[in-house]
Amino acid sequence: MYNENTEHTGHTEKEHSVGYGTYVLIWLVLVGLTVTTVSISGINLGNISLAVALLIATVKSAFVINIFMHIKFEDKIFRVFIAIALMTLLSVFVLTAFDVFFR
Amino acid sequence: MSDTVIKNHAENLQEEHVHRDDFGAKMGMWLFLFTEILLFGGLFLLYMAYRLEYSHEFHIAARELNVGIGTFNTIILLTSSLTMALSIAAMQRSRKGLSLFLLASTKILAIGFLVNKYFEWSAKFEHGLYPRSDVLLDKPRGEYLFYGMYYAMTGLHAIHVIAGMTILIFMFVFIWRNIITPTNYVKLENAGLYWHLVDLIWIFLFPLFYLIR
Amino acid sequence: MSENIESKPYISFLQAESKHKGIFKWILSTDHKRIGIMYLAGMLCFLLVGITFGFLMKLEMLTPGKTLFDAQTYNTFFTLHGIIMIFLFIIPGLPAVFGNFMLPLQIGARDVAFPRLNLLSWWLYVIGGIFAIVSLFLQGGPIDTGWTFYVPYSLRTGTNVSLPLFAAFILGFSSILTGINFVTTVHRLRAPGMTFFKMPLFVWAIYSTAWVQVIATPVVGITIILVIVERAFSLGIFDPSLGGDPLLFQHLFWIYSHPAVYIMILPAMGAVSEIIPTFAKRTIFGYKAIAYSSLAIAFIGYFVWAHHMFTTGISDVSRFIFSLLTFLVAIPSGVKVFNWVATLYKGSITPGVPLLFVMMFIFLFSIGGLTGLVLGSLATNVHVHDTYFVVAHFHYVMFGGTVMIFFAALHYWFPKMFGRMFNEKVAKWSVGLIFVGFNMLYFTMFILGYEGMPRRYWDYLPQFQTLQVISTVGSWILIAGILLMFGNLHRAMKKGTSASANPWGGKTLEWTIPSPPPVHNFDEIPVITHGPYYYGEEEEK
Repeated sequence: MYNENTEHTGHTEKEHSVGYGTYVLIWLVLVGLTVTTVSISGINLGNISLAVALLIATVKSAFVINIFMHIKFEDKIFRVFIAIALMTLLSVFVLTAFDVFFR
Repeated sequence: MSDTVIKNHAENLQEEHVHRDDFGAKMGMWLFLFTEILLFGGLFLLYMAYRLEYSHEFHIAARELNVGIGTFNTIILLTSSLTMALSIAAMQRSRKGLSLFLLASTKILAIGFLVNKYFEWSAKFEHGLYPRSDVLLDKPRGEYLFYGMYYAMTGLHAIHVIAGMTILIFMFVFIWRNIITPTNYVKLENAGLYWHLVDLIWIFLFPLFYLIR
Repeated sequence: MSENIESKPYISFLQAESKHKGIFKWILSTDHKRIGIMYLAGMLCFLLVGITFGFLMKLEMLTPGKTLFDAQTYNTFFTLHGIIMIFLFIIPGLPAVFGNFMLPLQIGARDVAFPRLNLLSWWLYVIGGIFAIVSLFLQGGPIDTGWTFYVPYSLRTGTNVSLPLFAAFILGFSSILTGINFVTTVHRLRAPGMTFFKMPLFVWAIYSTAWVQVIATPVVGITIILVIVERAFSLGIFDPSLGGDPLLFQHLFWIYSHPAVYIMILPAMGAVSEIIPTFAKRTIFGYKAIAYSSLAIAFIGYFVWAHHMFTTGISDVSRFIFSLLTFLVAIPSGVKVFNWVATLYKGSITPGVPLLFVMMFIFLFSIGGLTGLVLGSLATNVHVHDTYFVVAHFHYVMFGGTVMIFFAALHYWFPKMFGRMFNEKVAKWSVGLIFVGFNMLYFTMFILGYEGMPRRYWDYLPQFQTLQVISTVGSWILIAGILLMFGNLHRAMKKGTSASANPWGGKTLEWTIPSPPPVHNFDEIPVITHGPYYYGEEEEK
């Protein structure tokens, strides 16, 4: 299924190193999104304000995971792992919601 | 003949089986991060249930939180994530001094975060907003729970900030003593992963507590 | 070829020296084989304590009213029996002992991915165990909440709750670290040529289990911590008088504790898939189906937790959904049982002791599984909820399932671990005693539960006495059988005839190296070219 055995045993082979500039750029985007989410929260959007806040938080975490945590440049298996963990968490939320929402 | 026996004996001496596998180390670290995500996941699940049940009270209680301090702390943590990532980048480029400087900056920002947190919590305590206080017991149960969740989640997060700082101190010493080098820096990377996770959790905590208005 | 291996002089992991002296050679060793054996030693100690509590409880049930001790003592006994058996025996169970010992051997590795982390897991296990024991003797008295620690009672009771809870947290940590270690080991340390579908099925099972350990355990970790915090600071999160919802505790608790059932049973199923081909001298039937069913059980098993809460007042929608999902688990479990039986069909079967345990397992586990369907149906669940029926069901599944296979695996791998053979005749006697005692003890509980005997009650109506007496006598026979079995193995460790590298004719990699294995397992890492149960017949694709 996965054949990661043969490669990646150390830093010997090509290692994708991200430039300082990219990190600073991502940081600016993150700060920008923070300011956005704070200003939006001042506007009364009714029921969707929580959804908007969570959406922005998700976008921010996608940047952190992909760039700061290097997932964009890592082996595919890491993305599979993350998908497994997050899907499990999501399913647990949905299944619990069936109780608390319909009780 | 005796030669081989001696060699065999040396082989059979019970030594730690050391082999270097940076990829495996990162994989282990990510699996550990999943456990952290699930740990907080339990709390987020509780938050979801109670916010659904006490939506109105949560809105009222959240007004007491200081959005300014919250935003400021968010930016502090984001910046510390930046310095952490830059510290690894500097190590990759063999710039030990810069890497140490950036790591130290990360720690100073973390301390800044905790100091803010301290003032924030003490302000709440002064207003009598702490568990079992008369002020809170007089309020509706939903507001009591809001503060219960607030202290539980930000408290656990603060513990993780402290744990992260401890790890970073070790990393500082490791770089200093050349245990972490430009060709072998997976420890620093893993510490960085942990630090970014602390940031990630805060990214969700912030809107859920401070931005309900 | 095997002659060649055995004639060569080597130093086994049991004799190896290290920089440490005396007992430190063991308790500071990072050798996965030594750690496995240390887990075994720790677990057997706790097993005996757990058995003692069970024995005393059954003795108390001999007559209605007070037989030996009062109700409060009974409460603490069933709590301790549960905590010890679950957290200190069957959850670490097969993964910690046989996973540690056999996983690296079966995939052709020299150790697990993180040997030092592995040692830390063992230490956390010991520390957790010590905390649990210490809490018994502190002021306030031993915990009496039941092993499920349900709020709000666990918030109110004056007994020592926080320390055993913290012990459970530490044990959870130990379990998580083991899981992380095994997932990484399987991904990184397989011998060249061993693709995922050339791995032995025990490895598949351990791999699936390790994922559950990593993904599920933290949820109970936070739940436990919240109860401790709640007791200390009254955050209100689980306290109904402060607005909290006790049902959410039950959700969080079972989000872990139901998958934990699969942490217990999956490795056992893996061991069955090892033992059956070896004693039937036949390639396992439906290799891929068994491998995938391990993953499927781990996956579906994560989403059925609320079937423990059918009568607690959760919403009808969720009752319906969780009942449906619960039935789905029966499919991959059925796939496994079918494939095991199909493997035995037309095999040249040797009725060795491990296989006898496996046959007993299939019988008992099927009863446990089928009564699980009774419990999974909403209507019947209401009738038998919290009765002896449930107690009988989970003992058939956990004891008849996991623990029987723990015993089977102990006999199967005993020659490999200690390099000695046990007395087959005595072992077969113990199998017989265990089988008779087990069914007397627990089958009567199905009837008692169906007739309305509630679980965890210290007293009962006189009409239940006949069955209670049969059950209690059954417990004596069962314990006699278990003691005979351990006595036999203990004797074998000291006086048994020495075992060859491959006494059962197994085909997986652990049988290609001498018994007991040398320190670094393999002189040369093997190269894998065919599937794990290759008996010369045509291999399935």
